[in-house]
Amino acid sequence: MTDDELIWRIAGGSGDGIASTSQNFAKALMRAGLHVFTHRHYPSRIRGGHTYTEVRVSADPVRSRGDGYNFLLSLGDSFARNPQENAYYGNEEVKPLSENLDELNEGGVIVYDSGLLDTDDIPNFEERVEENNWHVYDIDLRTIARDHGREVMRNTAGVAVTCAIADIEPQVIKSLMEDAMPEKIFEPNMSVFDDAYETVKTEFDADAPDITVPEGEHDEEQVLISGSDAIAYGALDEGCRFIAGYPMTPWTEVFTIMSQNLPEVGGISEQVEDEIAAAALALGASHAGVKAMSGSSGGGFALMSEPLGLAEMTETPVVLVEAMRAGPSTGMPTKPEQADLEHVLYTSQGDSHRVVFAPAGAEEAYRQTRRAFQIAYEYQIPSIVLYDQKNGGELQNVPASVFDEEPNPDLGSVVTEAELADAPHDASGKYNRFQHDVEDGVSPRSIPGQEGGRYLATGNEHMPAGHISEDPDNRVSQVDRRTQKMEAIRADLDTDEGTNAHYGPADAQYGIMTFGSQQGTVEEAVDELNDRGHSVKSLGVSELAPYPVEEVTEFIESVDEVLVVEMNASAQFRGLTQKELGRFGEKLSSLLKYNGNPFEPAEIVDGFVTSIVEDGTLPGHETKFVPAASD
Amino acid sequence: MSAFSAIGEDDERDRNEYTPGLEPQPTWCPGCGDFGVLKALKGAAAELGLSPEEMLVSTGIGCSGKLNSYFDSYGFHTIHGRSLPIARAAKLSNPGLTVIAAGGDGDGYGIGGNHFMHTARENHDITYIVFNNEIFGLTKGQTSPTSPKGHKSKTQPHGSAKDPIRPLSMSLNAGASYIARTAAVNPNQAKEIIVEAIEHDGFSHVDFLTQCPTWNKDAKQYVPYIDVNDSEDYEFDNTSRSEASDMMFKTENALHEGTVLTGRYYVDDRPSYQQEKQRIGEIPDEPLAERYFDDDYEWERVYDTFLDKHK
Repeated sequence: MTDDELIWRIAGGSGDGIASTSQNFAKALMRAGLHVFTHRHYPSRIRGGHTYTEVRVSADPVRSRGDGYNFLLSLGDSFARNPQENAYYGNEEVKPLSENLDELNEGGVIVYDSGLLDTDDIPNFEERVEENNWHVYDIDLRTIARDHGREVMRNTAGVAVTCAIADIEPQVIKSLMEDAMPEKIFEPNMSVFDDAYETVKTEFDADAPDITVPEGEHDEEQVLISGSDAIAYGALDEGCRFIAGYPMTPWTEVFTIMSQNLPEVGGISEQVEDEIAAAALALGASHAGVKAMSGSSGGGFALMSEPLGLAEMTETPVVLVEAMRAGPSTGMPTKPEQADLEHVLYTSQGDSHRVVFAPAGAEEAYRQTRRAFQIAYEYQIPSIVLYDQKNGGELQNVPASVFDEEPNPDLGSVVTEAELADAPHDASGKYNRFQHDVEDGVSPRSIPGQEGGRYLATGNEHMPAGHISEDPDNRVSQVDRRTQKMEAIRADLDTDEGTNAHYGPADAQYGIMTFGSQQGTVEEAVDELNDRGHSVKSLGVSELAPYPVEEVTEFIESVDEVLVVEMNASAQFRGLTQKELGRFGEKLSSLLKYNGNPFEPAEIVDGFVTSIVEDGTLPGHETKFVPAASD
Repeated sequence: MSAFSAIGEDDERDRNEYTPGLEPQPTWCPGCGDFGVLKALKGAAAELGLSPEEMLVSTGIGCSGKLNSYFDSYGFHTIHGRSLPIARAAKLSNPGLTVIAAGGDGDGYGIGGNHFMHTARENHDITYIVFNNEIFGLTKGQTSPTSPKGHKSKTQPHGSAKDPIRPLSMSLNAGASYIARTAAVNPNQAKEIIVEAIEHDGFSHVDFLTQCPTWNKDAKQYVPYIDVNDSEDYEFDNTSRSEASDMMFKTENALHEGTVLTGRYYVDDRPSYQQEKQRIGEIPDEPLAERYFDDDYEWERVYDTFLDKHK
């Protein structure tokens, strides 16, 4: 963490407005010219429970949550369970304060609502404050809120206190609140804000802590965007006008954004009975000539295995998104993990033909979702966008110009009625929709309702017009053709620039590899390692199937050793890399984390230093090192 | 101009037009009731003057799933139990299509039961034909959801301890708006019912009794049958939910006592799902599928449409 940045953590219980308050705070600071990045931590619970959001604010671009944090706003948990002896959850009432102390950096600030929280209930609080040189502001935010409005406005009081301490111009926050609130609520909120702000200025020595929000300026207009927003927007700009789904955390975000936006652009959203139906509906819509998607998280995606295979066999284009969360089974619904990689690569019976993208941040999510649609419809294959609770939910500022792109409603490899007139049909008049010898293995499809285009789509092995056949020669031709598409897609993706993210000095001695959501964190670690005199570069892989064998081989061959960073316990990405490349077992070691929290940059720095430079003993138990085969 | 000129064609049709030259003869066993469904569907399509290319027949897995191998139109032979979700979405995407879903009793009332219930309650404007032979045929004669209690098979060696599904009652409770039962031995009634089912605006469910002469030899051949709408012995109003319910209950009981009752059991004119969704602005006025072939359509950009709220 640098001195000129704020990492602000607002903590309370679920249902206390933590998410919306932090989002407004982040947006206000983005508008003020700063770079922002948020990190959410919440339980699978509607009311109450340990919840926080961090907003990292810096004058320079930020790509991760950062290391620890330096400003705690502790608001109390309105829905905490009553303390009970023997209950495993202990005293939930003080958790918005007590649970957040371990990660607060030295010299940090604590603001807590003394109307709701009593530090006497927290063991060794005074000693810890002294040891860590924390600056404590005990302010009765609840009473301030009640005096001018309602108790829920204590969030506003907390934000006002933050502004007073960290030297944030009040108007930055106020103007955003004015945009976001109806006048009736806005007025009392302003009174709450002013009272809380003045309380700090008059009752505390506000100059004491050296935490101030820096000045910043953007070169161009910015938008505050999550990965889920970006996936939905990528789909919409590719002309996707149909989605079917069933709620499941954290995939629900993409489904919600699409459901709210589709009617505005004449599209259709269907919330259906289960995920089997959801994926099957997407296939039905695509079959009928509409660009369609579905998705889920791990458990729901398991139900989609059947329709996924049907899409492969019938060569029906579709995009499925999979929002990973900690598993197996129900696992930890609101916590991120990257352990569904093998699930999406291999689920469903038979030889599979599918494309998998794993974008890192919001910008990649937008571009790669668009690419996923293009590949799906051009090559008549399912594309999967694999992400997780981390990059789906975290907000970051990106230039608005990223989205200044033309829409692409192209249906890909389809025929028109005019083309059907000259297209190959079998002797009985059916259109040969699954021809054997076609360029890149892609046989253009007709759409129901087109004159001269009738054919049978079937999950059974089939002849060129679709009729079921178990003839060995036909079987081999069809399997080979479907497989050939994967080679064509690989060649097509090889012409793209920058999908897989290379970072750091090209001639570095060591490498770090990762996939998906950890990429930004890895890149910050690379900066830190090079600053400390190590020679390190990184590769964030987004194309997981078909795998970019050449590009990864070159990367690994160019360095002495590679540390593979991923959020799971079984090193799935390292395993995939070794399987695809068929070697490098002696060169790849793993740094794993699977406790429900994403990596912080310092953990990767420590992991690299101890595993590559030193003897492999990690300082804590949060991450795990798995050495290379030869070690 | 439509990109789908087969839709809405109003020509004289002959039932033989729906016989695919590529596979004219089905592989069903001699005497199989499935022939009756195929014949009735061809007759109904011809009577309605439907072009083979404005029809999409979506099927599940089993002997019944091969319907679209032997009926010449656009077809989607899906997976076991999943014909309905695929059919629903195709109809939503291009409402001009005539969409028929079909499958067996295991397909529709067993593995696909959840889809059946929800498609019925949502009242999608499609026709669903269930080939009900009270047995799993293609997998060689296992007890199915409609097999009578006590039914013996290799997987139920001591006779099934389960009461069978009541297909008509289940359909009524789920929300289907046209419910009928017919039998393969009753070709004229079957054709008429399928015509009505296709013309009905909403979810039409036809429970089609199809004898399995190979694996269900003990079962009735579904003769003689009685049409409850014509018989003086059965008086009921099929637009009354409660009277329909009573009649269905009697019909389901009678089947296992050797009396085959058929007919139109329930007709409800509530709006279809398409109409309901259009009413609340969640389906475009023009068929969505047409838009992708319309070179003049101005596709919306996220940049112009949704980005302001992020600024």
